[in-house]
Order: sequence, then structure tokens, then C-alpha cells
Amino acid sequence: MTTELPEPVTDWTTDFDVLDPGYVADPFTIWDELRAKCPIAHSDRRGSTWLPTRYEDVSAIAHDIEHFSSLQVAVIPLKFELDPPGDRPRDPVLPYGLPPISADPPLHTWTRRLLLPWFSHRRVEGYEAMTRELCRGLIDRFVEQGHADAAADYAQQIPVRVIANILGVESGLADTFTGWVRDVLEFADDHARRREAMKELVIYFLNQIDLRQHDPGEDLLSELLHTELDGRPVEHSVVLGMAALVLIAGVDTTWSAIGSALWHLATHEDDRHRLIADPEVVPFAIEELLRAYSPVTMARVVTGDTEMAGCPMKQGDKVLMNFPAANRDPEVFDDPDLVILDRQRNRHIAFGSGIHRCAGSNLARMELRIAIEEWLARIPEYRLAEGADVTWAGGQVRGPRSIPVVF
Amino acid sequence: MTTESTGQSAGLRIRVDPEKCQGHSRCYGLLPELFEVDDYGLSTVVGDGSVPLELVAKARLAIANCPEGAIEELA
Repeated sequence: MTTELPEPVTDWTTDFDVLDPGYVADPFTIWDELRAKCPIAHSDRRGSTWLPTRYEDVSAIAHDIEHFSSLQVAVIPLKFELDPPGDRPRDPVLPYGLPPISADPPLHTWTRRLLLPWFSHRRVEGYEAMTRELCRGLIDRFVEQGHADAAADYAQQIPVRVIANILGVESGLADTFTGWVRDVLEFADDHARRREAMKELVIYFLNQIDLRQHDPGEDLLSELLHTELDGRPVEHSVVLGMAALVLIAGVDTTWSAIGSALWHLATHEDDRHRLIADPEVVPFAIEELLRAYSPVTMARVVTGDTEMAGCPMKQGDKVLMNFPAANRDPEVFDDPDLVILDRQRNRHIAFGSGIHRCAGSNLARMELRIAIEEWLARIPEYRLAEGADVTWAGGQVRGPRSIPVVF
Repeated sequence: MTTESTGQSAGLRIRVDPEKCQGHSRCYGLLPELFEVDDYGLSTVVGDGSVPLELVAKARLAIANCPEGAIEELA
């Protein structure tokens, strides 16, 4: 089965489609229109789904774990979530889904606690030298030729290798991992393609679990396998789900953030010069770029009929956690569509909020900062190539997939 | 690069509400001198929460940037 082109959207308030090419290219004007007219839009295109656009509503839903469950977090529903409608999801391959992201307490609580120390400030500092070395090596490959694809040749190459290192799996398979993650997130509308990628990913990690069962390494996968809770090891299907999550959530997301930042700096010379001239602005700029180009939208499923801002939400409806739109809400951010590199008040929720705050946020920030620092140190002057065709992916994760630049 | 200027009131004391903090670490990023973050991301204010005068403006910035509104001013 191949993906058919969706019907064009004519009414964003009642029939939105986050995969509409217009939305992928420029969701910002659509969110502005929705915030003014109908701050929580609705669509039946992929099952009954709501799309909040105000910071206040997105944040409230993120904190209301009683009415909004994380058992279905895929923006494009999985096949088994759609058919038959209303049924509780039952993933045949991953019975626990991808905990903690697709779990509610109590499973969420203890799996998250196992994961968090791997992404603490202390640990992340330890990954910094490797990340810097990696960025330098990538730049070495193209710096002499005077042109590159800042997304495909650089941004896309970084997080997958850092994550592979943390998981303890072969970074030589980086392209394979990237392919799986894209099939699961970016080409999610093609159910067969997504299922095939998940199958390969699961088989791969089952093998890796097998290998570490008797011969553990110093990696996340080994530690999860040899952790005991209440005197019992963690079930393999939970370990499998957690490992799959670290890969799926740690690759496309951060690469999209790096890509968007490099695209912004390619197209905004003043900002680029300011970043180079004033290193003190960098930490603020990282947050501002995360705010303005937040890559990630997650989903929730309504646990029982409820009402939100006057919208009647039914049990089984989905809600898209539109963190990117929340971060452009003029009620919370002055001049939200302007990138102000040293923006002082910036309580963005690019990493979500509430109990599901991105577990890898420290890592993502570090990778974004190092990737920009290293790029600007070697390639301070660059711009989009003449007639460059910058392509964007959207849906669950928004970011540029190709950024042809010259320098 | 200047931080937002706020009235430098003496005697600012703050705490992080452990029920609200979700480990975003924005406070720590802005002001590592004043906040500590554990391996699970939970932030606490060093000492008894008193903010040295020269850090008051930045502490107010940390309050304004917390996505969870978890940093409280103590009376």
C-alpha cells in the first residue's frame, strides 16, 4: 500500500490535517487563525482528533493525566488503534508500548526513573567530547568542497550516533537506524512501511538483548537488563520498549532541531553574526530556537467524556499536544513569530510539560549547542544555495530534511 | 548581553516546589550558582533559599522561565 495524497483542507477548524503540505510548510499562519477563531480545532480524518493551539490549553491537557492518557502518543494513529475504533490499543509486538512515553503511572513512573539518570546533566557532560568529535569529523568530509546539505550531511548524522553510543549498539548501522525512525515517524501514514520498520527494529533489539544477557557492557541496554526491582529483573518486553523509545525519540527530534537552527542561521545573517560575536547569547539562543522551531507534537487519548475550553471530548478521541503552536502563543510570548536570540522570558514547552517532560532534554540541548558551535567555528559564512529546494517533514516531528547551502 | 533589569529588592528567598518541578533544568541552565539538579532532574535551591543580591535579577529570570511555574518566592 502506498500513501495517497490527502484531500486538500478547506476548513482548518473542523477538518484539519497535520500532514497537509501547506501545514507542513507553514503551520504558523494556520495556528494564528485557529487561535483567533477556534483555539481547539477538530478533525475526523484519522479518527476523532482535537488540535489545541493555545499555550494554556496544551499545558492544562499535559498536566491532566486523569482525563488524557499517554497510551496512544502517535500523531498518526497506528493501524490497530484505528481498527476497530474505540478499542483499547493492544500492540502485538510491544505489549507495553514504548515506556515511559506511551505509559501512564505506575508503569510510567518506574520506567522513567530507570531512564532519567542516563540523561542527567552529569552524564550528558560526559557525552559532550564525543559529540564534538563527531561534529568535527562530519564537517571534515565537506568543508573543502564549499557546499553541503546541512540537514542530510550534518544534522541528520549527529543524534543517531550519540544515541547508538548510549544504547551500546553499533554506530556503523546509523543509516539503518535512521531509516527505521523515519519509517515510524515521518512516513507513518504508510502503515505497511511503518509496521515493517518496527518489526526490523524489534528483531534487532531482541538480538541485542540476547547478546547482553550473558555478556553485559557498560551501556543503557545492559544496565536495564541487569536491573532488579523488588528482587526481580525487568521484563524483556519492557526493556525492548524502552530501548526502542530511546532510539525513536532521540534521533529525528534532535536532528530536526539542529536542522531548523542551521536553516534559520543560513537565512538570518544578523542572527548568525550575533551568535558568533557574543558567546554569552548562545544559551538564550538555544532556548529561542527550540521555542520558535519546536519539532515535536505528541498525542493523548481521552479516557472518559470531558470538556475542554467548550469542546466536548469523547472517550477514545485523540488530542494532539501542539507544543509548537503553544510556543507561538502571543498570550505568553511577545512577538512570538520573531526569533529574538536573547529573548529573556521564554518558558517554552518544546520538551513538553508535566510528568512526560522529554527525558532526553539535557542531551538534546547539548547536541544542539555543540552542533551549532562546531558548524559556526568552521563555517561562519554560509547561505542557502541558489534556487535551493529546502524540504520539510511534519506530522509528529517537524524539521528540514534537505538544506542545500554554499560557503 | 544584559539580563532583564528588575528592582533589586534585598532579601529575596525562593524554593522549588518538588511537586511541580519536572526536571526541565531551565533554572539550573540560567543560574547554576543557585540551583542544584539531581540525577532525576529534580531542582533545589542551594542553602536556605536566600538569593545573594547580585543574583536577584537572574533568580527572577529563572522564576519567569520555569515552564512548570515551580519556583516560588518565600515571604
